Amino acid sequence: MNGVHDLGGLQDMGRVQYEKQEPVFHAPWEGRIYGIDRALRFIGKWNLDAWRHQIELLPPADYFRMTYYERWLQTNEQLVVKHGLVTPKELETGAPDPGSAKSSPALTAAVASRSLGRGIPSSHDPKVPPQFKVGQRARARNMNPMGHTRLPRYARGKVGIITLDHGVYSFPDTNAHFQGEKRQHVYSVRFAARELWGANASARDSVHLDMWDDYLEHA
Amino acid sequence: MRVKALESLLVEKGLVDRTALDLLVDRFEHKVGPRNGARVVARAWVDPAYRKRLLTDAPSAIAELGYTGGQGEHMLVVENGPKIHNLIVCTLCSCYPWAVLGLPPVWYKSTAYRSRAVIDPRGVLREFGTQLEEDVEVHVWDSTAELRYIVLPERPAGTDHLSEAELAELVTRDAMVGVAKVPPPGEKA
Repeated sequence: MNGVHDLGGLQDMGRVQYEKQEPVFHAPWEGRIYGIDRALRFIGKWNLDAWRHQIELLPPADYFRMTYYERWLQTNEQLVVKHGLVTPKELETGAPDPGSAKSSPALTAAVASRSLGRGIPSSHDPKVPPQFKVGQRARARNMNPMGHTRLPRYARGKVGIITLDHGVYSFPDTNAHFQGEKRQHVYSVRFAARELWGANASARDSVHLDMWDDYLEHA
Repeated sequence: MRVKALESLLVEKGLVDRTALDLLVDRFEHKVGPRNGARVVARAWVDPAYRKRLLTDAPSAIAELGYTGGQGEHMLVVENGPKIHNLIVCTLCSCYPWAVLGLPPVWYKSTAYRSRAVIDPRGVLREFGTQLEEDVEVHVWDSTAELRYIVLPERPAGTDHLSEAELAELVTRDAMVGVAKVPPPGEKA
């Protein structure tokens, strides 16, 4: 979806605002929503791609107006309702519906202390053959799907060089919509700054993007 | 407060365990942060074999120092040199190597940084006080997949006498994202 989250290349966004000695969380509620987010995702009703897409679905004006963790709050409220963990009435009243079943948390303290140090690898054994070899030229497809994609607009139609094969990963464009993992290779693709931005860009500079096979065609 | 209301509801419904939330917050406020990455960088500066492992298989080399966990499963370390400067961004959201740098600062997630880092990296770097010579190549890494990046910065001159632990003290978060260089000892970042 060509949403406002796809920011690469916009120029009217002002200076980067730097805060010295920045705290990890600016208020306790930011830490709580961070934790709630991780704990809810652990239940397994939605994957990381679906979560990212839900943030992308925020109305554009809200996306810009909200702080980072305000987006997380709004997104989690929407996800729990969308996936049937909470009813709209419960969200409104703040209390469980009378007679509703009580679950048991997926991410308990014991599970958290065991699992937080481990991470969740998202790559899979490369039994899937790659469509490209390191050193080959490749063109990023000109595609404008209505759903989730990790192919930024600024790279579409541009030609780069495959510099690394990262192995096999789930494909976000289908995984975000629970339409299967469609495992495929992901590559680091180097695009010359001039290919992306034209003659005024530095001849020496480049941007590397990680791209799935389905984002690329031979060039 | 909306978050408090959501938390109580989720706890009452048995969807969320409060002590697990406490653990998560504590982990990122106190245990995981850029000091982890700084130790990785310092080790790479003093141990050429480690540096080689780090550049070829970053997750294993980083795990050797005990740093593992979410958003560090697939890592790539990109090395700066006299003529190469690397810069990390996530234009689409906020991807960041949590396991070695902790949670990202607000500027990294800002629309200004995410939009401009790819089209005007040298301008963004100047705002951070980092002036690059014209003949330096700038490589921007846009974290569009599940790979997470850190920069292995150049070791500053005049640090031959420093121990690994002293070197780690010099390494800043900003240098590992690539918006700054590691300042020589005695100079403030």
